[in-house]
Amino acid sequence: MKRWIAFWNIFVKDLRAYYLKPPNISWGLIFPFAWTGMFFIKSGGVQDVLRMVPGVISLSILFGTTSLLSVTVTFEKKGKSFDRLLLAPIPLNLLMLAKTSGAILFGVVNAFVPILMAAFLTDLSQVNWGAAIPAIVLIAMSSTFLGLFVAVSVSEVFEAQTFSNFFRFPMVFLCGLFFPIERLPIFLKPLSYLFPLTYGVDILHGSFHGGHMMAFSTDFTALSLFCMVLFLISLRNIGKRWIL
Amino acid sequence: MNALSIQGLAKRFGDVQAVSDVSVEVLEGELFGFLGPNGAGKTTTINMLTGLARPDTGTVRIGGIDCTQNPKAAQHLTGVVPDESNLYPELTGFQNLCFCAALYGIRKTERENRARELLDTFSLTDAKDRKFVGYSKGMKRKLTIAAGIIHRPHILFLDEPTTGIDVASARQIRQLVADLNQSGTTIFLTTHYIEEAERLCGRIAFIVKGSIVRIDTVADLIQPIQDKHVMQIAVSNAGARLEYKLTAAFPRLAFQCLNLGLIRVESDQPIRIGPLVRFMEALGVEVNEARRMRLSLEDVFVRITGIEADAMKKEKEKGGGKP
Repeated sequence: MKRWIAFWNIFVKDLRAYYLKPPNISWGLIFPFAWTGMFFIKSGGVQDVLRMVPGVISLSILFGTTSLLSVTVTFEKKGKSFDRLLLAPIPLNLLMLAKTSGAILFGVVNAFVPILMAAFLTDLSQVNWGAAIPAIVLIAMSSTFLGLFVAVSVSEVFEAQTFSNFFRFPMVFLCGLFFPIERLPIFLKPLSYLFPLTYGVDILHGSFHGGHMMAFSTDFTALSLFCMVLFLISLRNIGKRWIL
Repeated sequence: MNALSIQGLAKRFGDVQAVSDVSVEVLEGELFGFLGPNGAGKTTTINMLTGLARPDTGTVRIGGIDCTQNPKAAQHLTGVVPDESNLYPELTGFQNLCFCAALYGIRKTERENRARELLDTFSLTDAKDRKFVGYSKGMKRKLTIAAGIIHRPHILFLDEPTTGIDVASARQIRQLVADLNQSGTTIFLTTHYIEEAERLCGRIAFIVKGSIVRIDTVADLIQPIQDKHVMQIAVSNAGARLEYKLTAAFPRLAFQCLNLGLIRVESDQPIRIGPLVRFMEALGVEVNEARRMRLSLEDVFVRITGIEADAMKKEKEKGGGKP
């Protein structure tokens, strides 16, 4: 029970201190709004909206979560307030789950901005929400854990942003958002399957308009594995780099 | 019974042996001082004791729990006040204390009552709704100490509690530390202020270059020098060879020219000032002031470690940028 009191309070503190702050709310709302507007204007008609939404959802989650988590954790580590958490009698895995839960929730909320906009333009009743919502949660988790991985690897806030881009931009271009994976050059195709977003985008494509490459079970398994691996690597790195 | 037991603790960072073979026993309810210059290994030792660093060798037991095997198991028994105030700048004083209490699993009503109680004890009630970022350095330090004891720890690790703060706040913090110890909390205090350690601590360990060079009670540390008689004489027009001439004329006294205008005289017997003044005036030296000095722990520290205490203070305050 004591551990869950700590978990809940870390989660709530982070929401108040970071994610519900006006600049971050605006980042969380305006950024997906701008992406969505831009893609909708460029799209050929209402039919294309369903093809656009999965990409915009994924971009919103990816940029929202990785930016905020990597910066906030790096900021706390640099200010040494993170040491206060490491000194508390909470297991490291639970502590890091608490630290990342706010970012995961932030990513999920980000995802619903394009969905709400799409709801005004087209009929979303055919969407397979049973697959789409777990996929959104898993994309948010894997992106957040990627942000955590970045945060643990750097020591300065500006490094966190630079290092995040090292992963984010290749992922955006190779995960099937802008170019279908089957049309990518042969030497780039294997790279696509190394990114968690590829599997998340595939589920969303399947849920919104039925056009997916892999079975949902494969996508969900791969996404879950990415979440686990990224989280475990981050925990190991925290143990190695921050507990000297 | 021992609150803290350290055996053969060692830590190396690359080529630097930060701590080597540190062994200390701290008794229940004791205020134990850990004294050393900048870079002596004080903070590294505290980090190993609290779970922020892993020792290369050695064992640490807190309240009977082996912290080297399972650091998390003992963390509910320990409170840590780091050398830099590291609370959350965006939270108020009250929110910071409540959050720190929540990290130890304390329920809402209890943690709010405890936070109010500590804000009152530390004279911070009027600032409870102000953000931490707007606190003065002294207030930050006090709130950081309050956060360290919010969960009523068995042993409190205090790392340089008064570095870089104003005299009034430092005095208030020393009184709070003494009161806390009086109320039964075991305290492990690291400091480079020797007079602070002398005033507060029952026993003291001197650490230099990662190794402990002496552990004893303050009384036993001072005892060998207590019978010494020391005087400082302020003079003008002192020649370069004054120390040599004085030593030749008064062979039973030990002279040391601290600078051109200040001479330190030391003896096992009471020092008669008249012959000294007359001798120096005959040499054309003007004697301005003579003052009897009380030897302190600082003198013991200098004798044992060979490190000048003033140099240690300056080095710390210059390099620290502390709150």
